[in-house]
Amino acid sequence: MLSYAIRRFMGAIPTLFVIITIAFFMMRIAPGGPFDSQRRLPPEIEHNVEAAYNLDKPVYQQYFIYLDRLAHFDLGPSYKIKDFTVTQLIAQGLPVSARLGASAIVLALIFGISLGTFAALYQNKILDHAVMSVAMVGITIPTFVTAPILTLIFGVYGVHLFGYDVSLPVGGWNDGALENMILPVFVLALPQIAIIARLVRGSMVEVLRSNYIRTARAKGLPDHLIVTRHALRAALLPLVSYIAPAMADLLTGSLIVEQIFGIPGIGRYFVQGALNRDYTLMLGVVICYAILIIALNLIADLLYAVLDPRVRYKQ
Amino acid sequence: MNMQPLDTAAEETIMRAAAVQGRSLWIDARARLLKNRAAVVGMVILAIITLLAIFAPLLSPYPFDKVNFNLVSCSPDWWPDKMVLCNAGGAHWFGTDALGRDLFVRVLYGARVSLAVGLASTLVSLVIGVAYGAIAGFFGGRTDELMMRFVDVLYSLPYIFLVIILMVVFNRDIFLLFIAIGAVVWLTMARIVRGQTLSIKQKEFIEAARAAGVGQFAIIRRHIIPNVVGPVMVYVTLTIPAVIIAESFLSFLGLGVQEPLTSWGVLIHDGTDQMETAPWALIFPALFMAVTLFCFNFIGDGLRDALDPKDR
Repeated sequence: MLSYAIRRFMGAIPTLFVIITIAFFMMRIAPGGPFDSQRRLPPEIEHNVEAAYNLDKPVYQQYFIYLDRLAHFDLGPSYKIKDFTVTQLIAQGLPVSARLGASAIVLALIFGISLGTFAALYQNKILDHAVMSVAMVGITIPTFVTAPILTLIFGVYGVHLFGYDVSLPVGGWNDGALENMILPVFVLALPQIAIIARLVRGSMVEVLRSNYIRTARAKGLPDHLIVTRHALRAALLPLVSYIAPAMADLLTGSLIVEQIFGIPGIGRYFVQGALNRDYTLMLGVVICYAILIIALNLIADLLYAVLDPRVRYKQ
Repeated sequence: MNMQPLDTAAEETIMRAAAVQGRSLWIDARARLLKNRAAVVGMVILAIITLLAIFAPLLSPYPFDKVNFNLVSCSPDWWPDKMVLCNAGGAHWFGTDALGRDLFVRVLYGARVSLAVGLASTLVSLVIGVAYGAIAGFFGGRTDELMMRFVDVLYSLPYIFLVIILMVVFNRDIFLLFIAIGAVVWLTMARIVRGQTLSIKQKEFIEAARAAGVGQFAIIRRHIIPNVVGPVMVYVTLTIPAVIIAESFLSFLGLGVQEPLTSWGVLIHDGTDQMETAPWALIFPALFMAVTLFCFNFIGDGLRDALDPKDR
């Protein structure tokens, strides 16, 4: 187990290295530098600016300088957001993004698992069909469509329930106030709720047919205990290996959600970096995302090995 | 004694043989697909949207890039909420956008771009993915390991990030957009084809081809690839909507199609900016996009069930 973990960890390092290398050189073949679009600078000033950012050196030297700095956890200065280093920007944005993403995944797990379980318990009944149709919508319609539509309904038109105004703010972060978080978190979680509900329904239907559930029924356990104590445990196993792809989806979704709702996370920095050709910022965010995804993949694999005794990793 | 005349029995055998021969895999699959109501409805609606997109310039008197500052963000005539600032009137069936351009025509032009990207990028990913997967699977060993390792590395980053980097590098050119998306979504295709190839290459007819002295690449081209068409077709129908989403995603962020050309992503973005005053600018493109994506999904599901009935 430990040796498997170490082996996987060592395997992740070249992967990360390849990603950094590809991303770095792709950005360097881009025509035009980050300072081209501004007013034409006098040549000596331009030379000084380039020297300050090491842009006057050959590309391979820039690459090694970048790697050297990276080894000291320095992602370099941002080209466009003056007086900030990329590390500072990510340090500001990451907690916000992490909070958004973590809330979304928790919401997705709670709703996805319960909806999927109910659908499986009422298999081929109206409830099942209703849940699965909603799941179909959640999977098919992309985030950048649901976000504005839900904002239109809940933010712009406003909704009144039982005499209360339950309208929600349409944007801003407000230091993560609950009412500011509801819409973005829900929009981000929606596709995941749908996918998780489908997954859980599928495995639950299978588990409910198995012998040990029949035994539990035969010895007279009440239904809710059968489901929560016996069936759910086995049915949730496939979910563990879905965690990593789900996180990747959440990161992609957060680009859109942070942009639409004006949330100051790293997804927004990435998009702005792309629009402004702020190469160091883009590169920093990509590296940050890659590390996150690789780490989560690793954790999911290890968790799976711990939870499922049938899985034994060969030496 | 029930002695049947011999020639009747023989005739029956021949008839049966003919019937069996007549129902090939493809005819069977087509029959099953046509029985799937959701898939058929999806195909019909998709055909209608495609025709509308192709004949867009003939369907409306307004050109897609004609700016009219007298009709800025005007609602269609039939809009139920009468509190809007102005009615566009005329043939502005979906109202006008923030520059007074006709939305109906723009939504259809958006459909052109979205469907074109969907087809072109999927084609690119099809060519790369099938070739890559077939070569990796057929040669196996060290080659396979190295090639699939590369795919794994690219997999570990959400592909949209690579596309965004490519778009920044390539300066937001629409044709490069096609290629950039296609060049990134071939990964799953390569994996599927490789898996199929691994199982097919064990079959006797491949051995026979080898024994007959057919060259390696000829075997891949003539014997392996025709046999992976089924799963690949299913995956293609699922790739097209994914690519449409990717393109609209980029355009939504301002990294894809540039003005005055438009796509559903651009329209939804512009609609979002003015949804308080002109919700029709958001609703129509969103509706078209949603319906199209549903159609592709239904067709994909139908095809999978039709080609692989045991998987139900």
